[in-house]
Amino acid sequence: MLRALFGCALIGFTNGVLSSFIVLRRLALMADAMAHSLLPGVALALILFGLAPVNLFFGGLVAALLVGLGVQIISGSSRIKEDTSLGLLFACAFSLGLVLLSLSPARVNVTHYLFGNILGLSDDDLWIIYLISCIVLPLLVVFQRPLLLLMFEPSVAASQGVWVKPLTYILMSLLVLAMISSLQAVGVVLALGMLIAPAATIYLCSDSFAAMFWGGGVIGTLGSCAGLFVSYWLNLPSGACIVLVLGMIFFAAYLFSPKYGVLSKFLRRHHLHEESLARWEERTGD
Amino acid sequence: MTTHHLEIKDLTVVYHRVPAVHHVSLDLRCGHRVALLGPNGAGKTTFFKALVGLVPKETGMVVFGGHGKAGADTDIAYLPQRSVIDWDFPITARGMVEMGRYMRIGNWGRFGKRDAEAVDLALRTMDLDDLAERQISALSGGQQQRAFLARSLAQEAHVFLLDEPFTGLDKTAQDLLGEAIRKLAEAGDLVIASHHDLKSVPELFDQVIFLNGELIAFGDIGEAFNEENIARAYRTQIFSGAHAHHSGLAKSTCTG
Repeated sequence: MLRALFGCALIGFTNGVLSSFIVLRRLALMADAMAHSLLPGVALALILFGLAPVNLFFGGLVAALLVGLGVQIISGSSRIKEDTSLGLLFACAFSLGLVLLSLSPARVNVTHYLFGNILGLSDDDLWIIYLISCIVLPLLVVFQRPLLLLMFEPSVAASQGVWVKPLTYILMSLLVLAMISSLQAVGVVLALGMLIAPAATIYLCSDSFAAMFWGGGVIGTLGSCAGLFVSYWLNLPSGACIVLVLGMIFFAAYLFSPKYGVLSKFLRRHHLHEESLARWEERTGD
Repeated sequence: MTTHHLEIKDLTVVYHRVPAVHHVSLDLRCGHRVALLGPNGAGKTTFFKALVGLVPKETGMVVFGGHGKAGADTDIAYLPQRSVIDWDFPITARGMVEMGRYMRIGNWGRFGKRDAEAVDLALRTMDLDDLAERQISALSGGQQQRAFLARSLAQEAHVFLLDEPFTGLDKTAQDLLGEAIRKLAEAGDLVIASHHDLKSVPELFDQVIFLNGELIAFGDIGEAFNEENIARAYRTQIFSGAHAHHSGLAKSTCTG
């Protein structure tokens, strides 16, 4: 349980930090597609090289990169737009993964790859997760300035000399790494939950990118660990509980956030911004 | 004092073998407010992007102050249309203007006193002192445009390429932005802005470029902004058939 908890905390923090990029650049479809695309690589690595986590890691990585490349090739060489080729390729990749897993000679529980199995975390798995966190987090901190410009607007960033393409590839690679780490916790189907909910929650509570970045990590950690506890005590699927707890935290912010919560807006007087409110108060004071 | 020139020599940009910008040559001097006019599809945005290296040039070169400019450069700032910006991005006006210092400090340089002063000056020049700590989502359209311009000012650019900066602004906001642009030109910078409202051109600019794929005309407002050039720019079909450039009004084949 302790191993699972530590793994959960690391996975939650890494994915939570990355979630700010997914939310701000509207990459939810792309992130979901990439998560699903890991499956055939994981399955093939399993069949060819066995169950060792490092095999699954490289298999997933290669599969996600191939799908990413395929999207660029198809949308760049035909009239098919990026979102269409992305949807098509990830559905095909996911289906291929399911087929390959069904053909695997090793006895595998497919649901573990689809929905996670954090309680089955081994020491090797934990080392991989730790390694991924040690790569992702420092790189995000080191490149935070150009990443902020890239997040704000890529064409303006490019006109200011930001290496947009290499930085985008780095960000995509870090995303794939984070997804591979979350395979254990929530599986490919639910990975998107960990990559969206934390930053979406902070976005409703704060006006600062730094708060979204670090706060997303904190929410990711707390939500993942809380979800794990809930699943342990109630004997429910861990991946689903983690995503549900993160979802509930988001809905709490959606309703009750002092800044942007629905209830706060309802209770506040209807003015567009402070200047308008100040003028109204002046007038009614007279 | 030397007035810098922005020299554009034989610029051609091609999309799918169709010239979007066709052998354009211009010699622009700092200290002017230049309107870039032309119908939709005339290549105005492509022209701007080529100047800062965002699209590859088929032919041509860009020279500023005697130095060739191949790509991103501190001297030339590009501001795309407001619609491409996510104005819900969690950042204050000051934070957005601070991004303009990137070219001076790079990925890991310290944001020092000099940089803070440049940001303060940019905000003051654009009359945004009181709004510096406000979220960009809470700014009006005109204030957002001025904040965007302040970012380029913080970059200490000398050439400002503004893509439809007046679109969607009411008269007051337009006047404020026009005044901000006038201040830049008076300080010795060059401002080139694409614009759609022909009626307001003489009030906002002192020079004009007519572009419709190729250069139709360029000069001072008094000389070049006339019916003949407007007709040539907005009613001329540069390429016929499938490769036609769009013209806003009646189409007629160019016989010149």
